[in-house]
Amino acid sequence: MSTLVYEHEFKTKAFSGKTRIETGIFIDGKFSAGADGGTIDVINPTTGKLITKIAEGTRKDVDRAVVAAQKAYDTVWGTKTPGYERGKLLIRLAELIEENADELAHVETIDNGKTLRDSRGFDVVQAAAVFRYYGGWADKVEGKTIEVNPSKFAYTVHEPIGAVGCIIPWNFPLLMLSWKLGPALATGNTVVLKPSELTPLTALRVCSLINEAGFPPGVVNIVNGYGTTVGAAIAEHPHLEKVAFTGSTLVGRSIMKAAANSNLKKVTLELGGKSPNIIFNDADIGQAVKWAAFGLFFNHGQCCCAGSRIYVQSGIYDEFTKQFADHVKTLQVGDPFEESTYQGPQVSQTQQERILGYIEAGKKDGATLLVGGDRHGTEGYFVQPTVFADAKADSKVMSEEIFGPVACVSRFEDEEDIIHQANDSMYGLAAAVFSKDVTRAISVAHRLKAGTVWVNCYNQLNPQVPFGGYKASGFGRELGEYALSNFTNVKAVHINLHGTM
Amino acid sequence: MTTSATITLPTGQTLKIPTGLFIDNKFVPAAKGGTFDTINPSTEEVICCVAEATAEDIDLAVSSSRRAFTTTWGQNVLGTERARLINKLADLMERDQQMLAELEAYDNGKPVRIARDGDIADSIACLRYYAGWADKLTGQTISSTGPTKFNFTREEPIGVCGQIIPWNYPIMMWAWKTGPALATGCTVVMKPSELTPLTALKLCELVQEAGFPAGVLNCVPGLGPVGGAALASHPDVNKIAFTGSTETGRKIMEASAKSNLKKVSLELGGKSPSLVFESADLEKAAAWALMGATYNSGQDCTCGSRVYVQSSVYDKFLSIMKVKVEEYHIGDGFDSKSSAGPLISKAQFDKVNAYIQSGIDEGATPFIYSPKTERRGYFVEPVVFSDVKSDMKIVQEEIFGPVLSVGRFETEAEAIALANDSKYGLGAAVYSSDGGQCIRVSSSIAAGTVWINQYGLLSNQAPFGGYKMSGIGRELGSYALAEYTAVKSVLWNVGDEPYWPL
Repeated sequence: MSTLVYEHEFKTKAFSGKTRIETGIFIDGKFSAGADGGTIDVINPTTGKLITKIAEGTRKDVDRAVVAAQKAYDTVWGTKTPGYERGKLLIRLAELIEENADELAHVETIDNGKTLRDSRGFDVVQAAAVFRYYGGWADKVEGKTIEVNPSKFAYTVHEPIGAVGCIIPWNFPLLMLSWKLGPALATGNTVVLKPSELTPLTALRVCSLINEAGFPPGVVNIVNGYGTTVGAAIAEHPHLEKVAFTGSTLVGRSIMKAAANSNLKKVTLELGGKSPNIIFNDADIGQAVKWAAFGLFFNHGQCCCAGSRIYVQSGIYDEFTKQFADHVKTLQVGDPFEESTYQGPQVSQTQQERILGYIEAGKKDGATLLVGGDRHGTEGYFVQPTVFADAKADSKVMSEEIFGPVACVSRFEDEEDIIHQANDSMYGLAAAVFSKDVTRAISVAHRLKAGTVWVNCYNQLNPQVPFGGYKASGFGRELGEYALSNFTNVKAVHINLHGTM
Repeated sequence: MTTSATITLPTGQTLKIPTGLFIDNKFVPAAKGGTFDTINPSTEEVICCVAEATAEDIDLAVSSSRRAFTTTWGQNVLGTERARLINKLADLMERDQQMLAELEAYDNGKPVRIARDGDIADSIACLRYYAGWADKLTGQTISSTGPTKFNFTREEPIGVCGQIIPWNYPIMMWAWKTGPALATGCTVVMKPSELTPLTALKLCELVQEAGFPAGVLNCVPGLGPVGGAALASHPDVNKIAFTGSTETGRKIMEASAKSNLKKVSLELGGKSPSLVFESADLEKAAAWALMGATYNSGQDCTCGSRVYVQSSVYDKFLSIMKVKVEEYHIGDGFDSKSSAGPLISKAQFDKVNAYIQSGIDEGATPFIYSPKTERRGYFVEPVVFSDVKSDMKIVQEEIFGPVLSVGRFETEAEAIALANDSKYGLGAAVYSSDGGQCIRVSSSIAAGTVWINQYGLLSNQAPFGGYKMSGIGRELGSYALAEYTAVKSVLWNVGDEPYWPL
């Protein structure tokens, strides 16, 4: 069967243009049907209707992709293409993303449901920035020479691992693609990547840009498919020596088990969170309200680092809660292509129902519902921005990751109290502290068990600064120089100069 | 005086070039209206005249760079923006690569193809390398001092940097200096050599086209003792970087000491030794050694001007060299057969010929030698002396021409001693198929770059600089960034009471 193509003409105020995306399996620089000829429906979460079909990959396609990735690594990538050339290709890819920014943003919005304002102003812009950033690292991966004693010459080399597997989620499809491909390619690895079956389209569009930029065939391979088939095949594959996964903690566990049971491939995980946002009495309340809303409701609550537990010191609790509820009520839910929309649909019906289930649990547990609490509309997967107050610490809405627009506001008394409450979680991805006393904020930040702590802001990430989790939120760091070590093997070489046995 | 000229290249093509001083993104005449001629060393003819900067112009350029540093550059511009601009400059150089190569060949004499595929290609890559660093300059957070202190460092740009570059690789030296300086957020007052100002000024057009804010890079051609001296002693310049002769390097350091103790980095002369051991591949070693001595007509700080060969293979090595040197052709830079061009000037021509004569006078054997011919242009054919002694001028002093001295040694220890018997320490090479020997010997030579089984090839990613009197500081690699950053320690008290009363 001929390979599938998605074609669509966009006509919005921002962009009038066509997109044409080959939606096959991308291996060795070419698109093809899946080995078993299956397809997956890609749904528009705003309407619940079909956007297009993509080829469904299976274990056989993963096997074929791994062969292509290994061959590319041995012949044209790895140490065969110097870092300087790899860097130029990554920067060229960043330029192509920028040249096609409007098209990519529109595709991301129709596929994921996030607002066009965010996909154009944040996702696409940041993805290009991340590729540029790692393009700059490609010829700067240095080992060390180490003085030991005069009879040996000892040094380390930071080598690429080889062909690596990457599995990315649906909440920031294009951005997560850049977080994985950037450091993996910069350090000389070749890649087999599974995008989410819910949001594959921007990844598939980028495949054509990868060809256009001039990456040799086989350096990047994209295999669409389900987690239980393609994802598992990657995690279990005997010839991939590394898997990098972003997604739920539940699936993260199975990835780690699969790696352990197969070839003990290296694993890095970016998992879930239940991040505390801590607001002291001396915070600027107006600012704290805006940041707290952004901290949870950004991307419809579908952020691993969402500030879903909002702790407010008792002195300002009532004032904050009132202002916060009023602010949340102004957030417009609707068509993500509309300029006035703040929040589009959740990504799928499954997610929507799961979130609604948590909301019901919150109501049953006796938390006070301040805003929202129900689905929005009858078409698509919308949920009203929802705020609970005074949920009990051990209730589901306070302890489990909801991944939706549901905020829980609670109170605390003092620093010792809040450190205890904030750290009382299996997760440790992010946290925030709001206080005009920056010295106090710093000392609180240093006591929180979280991989990212924001002071007087939320959800501010930069390609140069590492991001990752403590505890069950994962291990390994993405972004920054730190991400390079996820995709390198350190070899120590000892050269005997004149010792004899 | 007008601030541009239209010249006709030897290809017949005309080219409009700027000839004014480049200050605040504009080309302007010198304050005193002075100019100097720049000469085509292949024909000894004047190409055009260029504005000559004196102390007043240096003042204007420094003020402009200071203003830029405190308003539009320095800590007022993001690393990602600096990266974008430097990459844009690299793109523009790539666009104009052929034209710049021809202008370089016209003013400097080196072959067009070497300028284009060597000097300029490396320069473009150098700029891109430093663009990549611009948003990756990190300091440290230091937790070891206990919970009541929050200590960290910041790596800040030093400020206004004076950069004085030589005539042997005009475009490449320009890129080596501007790359790290601009990437770290410093602003630059650049003084190109008075012998080769044209490509530096042409590059300023690209700086402007790329979109750098005015004053980030200013270019003030002029005479070393005037413009260069004024820059080195300027009270508002935070750092001076100089590449040139050791003799001038002393003056730069002295000027800094006498003015505001500005930071100094120096890339100076060399008398770089190569050691050819008996296990070496002699054919290859001879080729590399010839290249090392004759590349750019020997006008290279790392010119491999001393070669010591192990006695057992000494005669064989010399006979291989005699055959290979026939493949070397000096000629006009626009002749595609030329391996190298003329020397840069009459002064250098006379100096190199005087050294050749001194070699003969002091009793060295002119093993490969062609007498001076009556031809136009400052051309010098390569000379190889054998049977040299350590105290000969040709063995001790930097000649800066295609003159090679070949001596012999018996043991490894003797070879190392001969290599280190120099006040210089810039480059060196070891030719041997014994890996252990390569490592032992390379560890024992006092030189900033040691080549093993090759000569002269550099990478933008690997640092370069001198030991001993060959210089201070490193260019290229991540190390160059340190030359343009000032480290600030911030020690923040988050819990201690004042130490009072004592």
